[in-house]
Amino acid sequence: MINYIIRRFFYAIPILIGVNLLTFALFFVVNTPDDMARMNLGMKRVTPEAMEKWKHERGYDKPLVFNGGAAGSEKFTDTIFYDKSVKLFVFEFGQSDSGRDITYDIKQRMWPSLVVALPILLIGLLTNITFALLVAFFRATYIDFWGVVLCVTLMSISSLFYIIGGQYLVGKLWHLVPISGYEEGFDALKFVVLPVMVGVASGIGSGIRWYRTIFLEEMGKDYVRTARAKGLSESLVLFRHVLKNAMIPILTGVVVILPLLFMGNLVLESFFGIPGLGSYTIDAINMQDFAIVRSMVFLGSILYILGLLLTDISYTLVDPRVKLA
Amino acid sequence: MTTKKIIGSVTLVFVAASVLLVFAVSFLPVKFVVLWTDVLIFILCAMCMGFAAYASQHEHLRAPWREVARDRVGVIAVVFLSAYLVIGLLDSVHFRMPLPDVKQSTEQQYSNDVLSVLDWMATPVREGVEKSYSAPFAAHLYVKETVDLPDGSKVRLYPRLQHGGAHLNNPEQERSGDILNTSLSSIFEGMVVWAVLTVLLISWLARRHHRPVSEMFGLVMRGRTEIPWHVILLATAILILFAMLAMNLSGKYHIFGTDKVGQDTFYQTLKSIRTGLVIGTLTTLVMLPFAILAGIAAGYFRGLADDVIQYVYTTLSSIPGVLLIAAAILMLQVYMATHPELFETAAARADLRLLFLCIILGVTSWTGLCRLLRGEAMKLREMDYIQAAVAFGVGHFKIIGRHILPNVMHIVLISIVLDFSSLVLAEAVLSYVGVGVDPTMNSWGNMINSARLEMAREPIVWWPLLAAFIFMFVLVLSANLFADAVRDAFDPRLRRSGLRACL
Repeated sequence: MINYIIRRFFYAIPILIGVNLLTFALFFVVNTPDDMARMNLGMKRVTPEAMEKWKHERGYDKPLVFNGGAAGSEKFTDTIFYDKSVKLFVFEFGQSDSGRDITYDIKQRMWPSLVVALPILLIGLLTNITFALLVAFFRATYIDFWGVVLCVTLMSISSLFYIIGGQYLVGKLWHLVPISGYEEGFDALKFVVLPVMVGVASGIGSGIRWYRTIFLEEMGKDYVRTARAKGLSESLVLFRHVLKNAMIPILTGVVVILPLLFMGNLVLESFFGIPGLGSYTIDAINMQDFAIVRSMVFLGSILYILGLLLTDISYTLVDPRVKLA
Repeated sequence: MTTKKIIGSVTLVFVAASVLLVFAVSFLPVKFVVLWTDVLIFILCAMCMGFAAYASQHEHLRAPWREVARDRVGVIAVVFLSAYLVIGLLDSVHFRMPLPDVKQSTEQQYSNDVLSVLDWMATPVREGVEKSYSAPFAAHLYVKETVDLPDGSKVRLYPRLQHGGAHLNNPEQERSGDILNTSLSSIFEGMVVWAVLTVLLISWLARRHHRPVSEMFGLVMRGRTEIPWHVILLATAILILFAMLAMNLSGKYHIFGTDKVGQDTFYQTLKSIRTGLVIGTLTTLVMLPFAILAGIAAGYFRGLADDVIQYVYTTLSSIPGVLLIAAAILMLQVYMATHPELFETAAARADLRLLFLCIILGVTSWTGLCRLLRGEAMKLREMDYIQAAVAFGVGHFKIIGRHILPNVMHIVLISIVLDFSSLVLAEAVLSYVGVGVDPTMNSWGNMINSARLEMAREPIVWWPLLAAFIFMFVLVLSANLFADAVRDAFDPRLRRSGLRACL
């Protein structure tokens, strides 16, 4: 087991290197730091001195990959590539373009993101599976048909509509919860209820449909027929056999996004004013803060790869047939 | 016989279109502008026509499509999708109007505004700009303004609109009657048009099936034809009624109101259709060659090629999509800001950004299809008929072209139609995040984004939001239903779980 995890861990390293090189190329090779400086300082009438100063303050005035002027190993370490990209591997995100410490910001902001994203995942999972089991139980009847029609309709509505509609109805018309904002501790509850509801609602259509497909596929298998043949009731078949076996594909989908919950939901957080990593990213995009966007890209990839690793491990826990080789 | 006819008519349409185009380019006093996305759209259309002509000759390709045509929900979706498509295509032929010759120069000067055929057709709506917000069908502005009276005093009131309901003398009393009159007459016109279409269709069907018209009429109306023509006619009736109402009413009123700078919201919504379609289709077109080539190569050749391709797509897919798009679009913004000389007009600039967005969306979305194709190619490779082909000494590329590619095409097709709706929805979200299409371009995302800021206003400005959401909803719903029909017809494994299979 330990061996397996270690080996999977080493598989992840080349992928992370690839992500790192890709972001480096995207942020520093496609556009030179000069372009970024000019963009940030306003396009017109930028003096070379101001540009140099901007670049120096942010450490963008070094050579890209090879510093011929430095001595010894500094030839490679005193460069943008080393400073901005290699250091990401040890989670040194450095300073944002506006001078804030990104690592500190991330540590502060990942918890509000989690407070919103985790209930959405759990409540959503529960609702989706319940309804999916229901329509699967009534398969090939009108309940199933109209259930699927309803799902397709819900799927076709933009997630922005759920957000705006929810804010208008619950927040503005009924005055049940504040429209946006956030507080620490238990006061967070009243701010979190609405985003969670909206988040669950916007995922319900595709969710039910997806789980219904999984259940139906599972119900077509031989062991289900055997279970029915030995006289088990339909609900017993569904809950004891189908649900248990369907957990394997469901688990793959869930575990892989668990670490990404820290990243939060970009649109949801910014609409509801939740100070999580999602709204952090949106603010960075709008302020064109390249350092933050670069850090978030790398952080997101690390969390995704972590999710893949967790999926592999969880497979072995739920499916005894999977052997770690 | 029918296949020949279809090919003949397709060729005829092609020839007619090109003759018209040549005529238009040489005789009309306008300067045609060809944007990048226009080119790709027309290439895509030509490819679809070519595929249709090819498929009509081959029974194994025709059979699943016939199944789609038999699906009632599927054909309704097709009717609505084609309405969107027509508007999108009309909006994809761009030109610049000539300017009146003021300087007496020998060379004709052209306006800097790039217009499309749709703009030209909707000229009254496009130019009927008000001062600010006005509600749907309103005759007055939505906000109070200080107006100077002839006697010198000032008064705060809701001023009359310059275009919406301007033909009425006393809007309070005449407006609802006028709307009702116009609606009734357009419903009548719509019914006439629909009746003519129905008669034409039924007589054509009667000729084709060698039956008397009256008998054919009964068959169609009772739904006894192979293709559910009665459902198609119903959907067409709804479309024609809506089109007639919209056409007649939008000449007199702003049927979806106006936005902050007084532009007609209905016109903006129509213009957004092209953006949505471009993102939904061109993204797939851009990524398709990579996904097919890489996926099949990885699955078929295995070994080093497989390792490299797997590495590339794992790396790409491990970056969260929105972040990769955001990073790429940020970089594009910087590039465009530092190279303003590359773009002749604002439209060309917005268009290039749209194209680039499609490419980036394609980069983030090809990995899923690639993975699927790799798995399928791996499975096919071990099949007896391919082993036989290898034993006979057929070359690798011939095997891929002749045996593997045709056998994975259904996966490609299903993923194209499934991706379409999610891409249309993604556009709105990306525009909100600030990494979508150019802010000057009409798109549902931009409409929602600018209207969202007015949510705090009292009373609330709801019509731009509603217009954008409804048009987007109808498009995405049709696309989803069409995708279901296509999937049910093409994927035998999933046939049981589709909509039709429930009944």
